Amino acid sequence: MRAAVLAALLLAAMPAAGAEERRSGFADMSAATQAMQADDAANPGMLWVLDGEGRWSRKAGRTERSCADCHGEAAASMRGVAARYPAIDAERGEAVDLAGRIALCQTRHQEATPAPRESEASLALTAFVAHQSRGLPIAPPDDPRIALLQAEGAALYRMRRGQLNLSCAQCHDDNAGRRLAGSVIPQGHPTGYPLYRLEWQGLGSLQRRLRGCTTGVRAESFAPGSHDAIALEAYLMSRAAGMPVETPAVRP
Amino acid sequence: MSGGLRRGAIVAMLLATMPAAADEPRPVMIGGDAIAASLTGRPGDAARGRAIVADRQRGLCLLCHAGPFPEERFQGNLAPSLAGAGSRLSEGQLRLRIVDSARVNPDTIMPPYHRTEGLSAVGAAWRGRPVLTAGEVEDVVAFLVTLKE
Ligand code: HEC
Ligand code: HEC
Repeated sequence: MRAAVLAALLLAAMPAAGAEERRSGFADMSAATQAMQADDAANPGMLWVLDGEGRWSRKAGRTERSCADCHGEAAASMRGVAARYPAIDAERGEAVDLAGRIALCQTRHQEATPAPRESEASLALTAFVAHQSRGLPIAPPDDPRIALLQAEGAALYRMRRGQLNLSCAQCHDDNAGRRLAGSVIPQGHPTGYPLYRLEWQGLGSLQRRLRGCTTGVRAESFAPGSHDAIALEAYLMSRAAGMPVETPAVRP
Repeated sequence: MSGGLRRGAIVAMLLATMPAAADEPRPVMIGGDAIAASLTGRPGDAARGRAIVADRQRGLCLLCHAGPFPEERFQGNLAPSLAGAGSRLSEGQLRLRIVDSARVNPDTIMPPYHRTEGLSAVGAAWRGRPVLTAGEVEDVVAFLVTLKE
């Protein structure tokens, strides 16, 4: 068991493919879809970002405080935050993802009922906060607890799963760039979440994207916010370290 | 490859307890790198097999493979073309590759179509069920045998 954790740690510590060999899913898209992401006036994800901006300064909960009352200008206080999530929540000593952090603030500081994960309200606030990091390099925290989580996530990423018995690595490392029927398999970097997917006709979280991949191989899905889901996200973020945040990205 | 072959070379009994939906369960006899005998004791139907191979919900084959299916758009390129499979491989070799390709190549990405044990985190809707029933495997094999290039 110890040996397995150690081996996974080593794998996680290995320099992944150099930044120049890594490709965002953006690079695999058609020129038209790329143009849609690049132009804020055409990018449908910006509607959620705008909605989130409104929620940022809306007073809520028993304390009648808004996010802005504590954090001020998001452009300053939220800059770079999404680029380093998942991170350890000091109070509980456990890792949370960005949507989970926002829900904790709503509970603790606004004394409000947090919007459920993947609700429009949660997606909008998460997209607005993540958007403040657009263009900044993904930079996971240098924390041994996060390193352990990344190692667990790496093991989950390499585990064959489902009735079709495929691991994430078999598609996104071994076969990235090839065609799974009509779709080019991307390297699977979580650079743009929450993002607007044409297939969804809406904004969706990384967890929703992963549900597509896990049910695709007829496996159990990761429960959003669960330990395993956050470990897998931590590994994906470490694999994408240095790549720029794209939120809100657009994908086919 | 050698490990998988060596394991396969020992005549093994596999899936002895497979509950195969409509088909009566039968032991699957693996000899060498082939399963010589029909899983159902009957020959499959090549026309039904072609439909299964092309069906993206049932066979899923064209997600990874291309093949002689001029009417099907969007065929995959993760795997060799199915064209000529019936010239390259015997009926028994084809059957083993559909039942459990890992017997030939432990690192294969090709799903095990008629094995249910040794899998992890299978979704509830699919748990304990093979991707293809014994009868469907025989239909697919009957079709692949006809692919002589
Ligand atoms: C059978 C192949 C396959 C497997 C296995 C698979 N994926 Fe994917 N994944 C895809 C394809 C294809 C896409 C591109 C979207 C589409 O067209 O469905 C994708 C998209 C993604 C994306 C979105 C990338 C972006 O640019 O937004 C992420 C992240 C991802 N996968 C992670 C994973 C993880 C983590 C696992 C394992 C739990 C996994 N995938 C398993 C095929 C796969
Ligand atoms: C997820 C990918 C995937 C799927 C789905 C898949 N295969 Fe394969 N298949 C492969 C790969 C890769 C190989 C090459 C040998 C290897 O790596 O094991 C292969 C090999 C084969 C071979 C041997 C080809 C040769 O010429 O040696 C046959 C026959 C075959 N597959 C038939 C099928 C059929 C029929 C289906 C659907 C019922 C199917 N495959 C589904 C990936 C796949």
